[in-house]
Amino acid sequence: MAGYIFRRTLLTVPVVWGAVTLLFLVFFVIPGDPVQVLAGEKAVSPQVQANLEAKFGIDKPWYVQYEKYWVRLAHGDLGESYRSSRSVNTILGSTAPASLRLAFWAIIAQVVIGIATGLVSAVKRYSFIDAMTTVGTTMLVAIPAFVLGYVLIYMFGVYTFQHSFPAWAKFPVQGIGPNRWGLFVIPLGDQWRYLLMPTMTLASVNTAVVARMTRGSMLEVMRADYMRTAEAGGLTRRTVILKHGLKNAMIPVVTLLGLNLAEMIGAAILTETVFNWPGIGSSIATAITFLDAPIVLGLSLVLVLTYVLINLIVDLSYGFFDPRIRYGGAER
Amino acid sequence: MAEAPPTARQTGVVSPAAAILTDAEAGAAPRGDVWRRFRKNRLAVAGLVVIVIMVLGAVFAPLVTFFSPNELGPTSRAKPSLQHWFGTDVLGRDLFTRIVYGARVSLKIGILAVLIAVAIGVVVGAVTGFYGGVLDGLLMRMTDIFLSFPYILAAIVIITVVGRGERSVILVLGLLGWMPIARLFRASVLQAKEAEYIDAARAVGCSNFQIISGHILPNAIQPVIVYGTIFVGTAVLTEAALSFLGAGVTEPSPAWGLMVNQGRSYLFTSPHLLFFPGAAILVTVMAFVFVGDGLRDALDPRLR
Repeated sequence: MAGYIFRRTLLTVPVVWGAVTLLFLVFFVIPGDPVQVLAGEKAVSPQVQANLEAKFGIDKPWYVQYEKYWVRLAHGDLGESYRSSRSVNTILGSTAPASLRLAFWAIIAQVVIGIATGLVSAVKRYSFIDAMTTVGTTMLVAIPAFVLGYVLIYMFGVYTFQHSFPAWAKFPVQGIGPNRWGLFVIPLGDQWRYLLMPTMTLASVNTAVVARMTRGSMLEVMRADYMRTAEAGGLTRRTVILKHGLKNAMIPVVTLLGLNLAEMIGAAILTETVFNWPGIGSSIATAITFLDAPIVLGLSLVLVLTYVLINLIVDLSYGFFDPRIRYGGAER
Repeated sequence: MAEAPPTARQTGVVSPAAAILTDAEAGAAPRGDVWRRFRKNRLAVAGLVVIVIMVLGAVFAPLVTFFSPNELGPTSRAKPSLQHWFGTDVLGRDLFTRIVYGARVSLKIGILAVLIAVAIGVVVGAVTGFYGGVLDGLLMRMTDIFLSFPYILAAIVIITVVGRGERSVILVLGLLGWMPIARLFRASVLQAKEAEYIDAARAVGCSNFQIISGHILPNAIQPVIVYGTIFVGTAVLTEAALSFLGAGVTEPSPAWGLMVNQGRSYLFTSPHLLFFPGAAILVTVMAFVFVGDGLRDALDPRLR
């Protein structure tokens, strides 16, 4: 097991190096002129141009810049905006809690709703619920997060207000509400009303994916011999399905949860933009409109590293649950 | 197939291999069977019908609507009516016209991006799968690195630096999208490589290139076709998301994502500005997903 952990962890080294280097290449080698971004339409004198280039360090040859870039990253400095003097670190500090809160609840939603729906739909195969799950999940996968978000906003933030619905059907649709710093606190008071729709939007695609995966994997498991044996041994159908079936059907679903993260990062940028959620994603979206490359790249790096780290953890836990993985790896 | 006229390739030395190839193909699903199975899947047929209508509408857009996509009108944000089926946008432009022309943008970007991705992916997958060795290991590590980037995030990063526009979006989506295809095709090449008809082809003196292009490709391409079809839908979705975020196609293009972005400020009074282009994206993506799923089931009934 120790060997497996070591090998799998070692594999992330080239991945991290590659990701950092790619971002560097994109940023520095492909022509893009920060001076022009700062100046906008105005003409820039050669002296000002030179001063600004010196300030951002882009007057040096690429290998000097590459080294400086690594030194900077090693000190935990993620870069500084072209437009304002705000650093990526400051932005990260003020937006990460909001993003984490949203991501946390979205993961809870996709696990609970996704697995429950998939389970019911597998157990009651070919029933009305099963058919609705198939159609519903296909639609959820195809609907873009930003369109779904606006549909929800229109339904509960516009329509219900225009048509004198009871107060419980009227939702706040912009922002995070009071207390933007609390992380995973059980949403108290009005908090959950702000949280509900962004969570549903962010979780939509992955809930559908998890539901489908659970259904497929559950149908597979239910055909297995040990299920019949367990039932023949006198266990109730409920115990057989939940204890023997679901537990084994979860192995592929666990891997999926790690892979889902890539989808979630993209969806989070859209969801946070739609709901004005003050997180990392909406900061990236704002930076895009101003073509503020250091912010986009710095925040992206954080997201990519998070993604790599979580996939490492998922892979390690997968090896822990399924012995075939680690022994298979050791033989090679 | 049976009535094919004899060619130079079918005479002389190559003919035994050709005969064996025919046998091998008899094992795979014949064309007619694929279509028959595809036809049974109602959702897939519906998806195909939608795609055909959209392609025709996009190609013959000037015949479908009487307006021009950038023609300004007197009434801003008019409600849907007989004259303006989907109403008009902020500048009084006919929304139906813009959605029809928007299909041009979406389909062009989606299809070209996928063609680029498939072309690169198939070549890289074939070479690494067939020859293996150092090149293979290198490619797999490289795809590991690229796949550690969430797709849309990588696209955003590159477009922010390279610049917006239709061409950037096509290139970025295509150049970022070939890696899963290379892996998929590599896997099926590895599988096809072991088949007996490859030994037979080699025995009669086919070159490596002939073996890859003439014998492995037709037998290993099926998963790529399925993935490519669904990938067109994904590319349309990603393009819309990029345009919505301001990292895609720019004004005055009638891209659907851009229209959603413009419509969001008027959600309170004129929700149709946002919902019609949003629905267009949804329908398009679903159509490609359904056709892709239908193709997979039709091409390989064993998966069912």
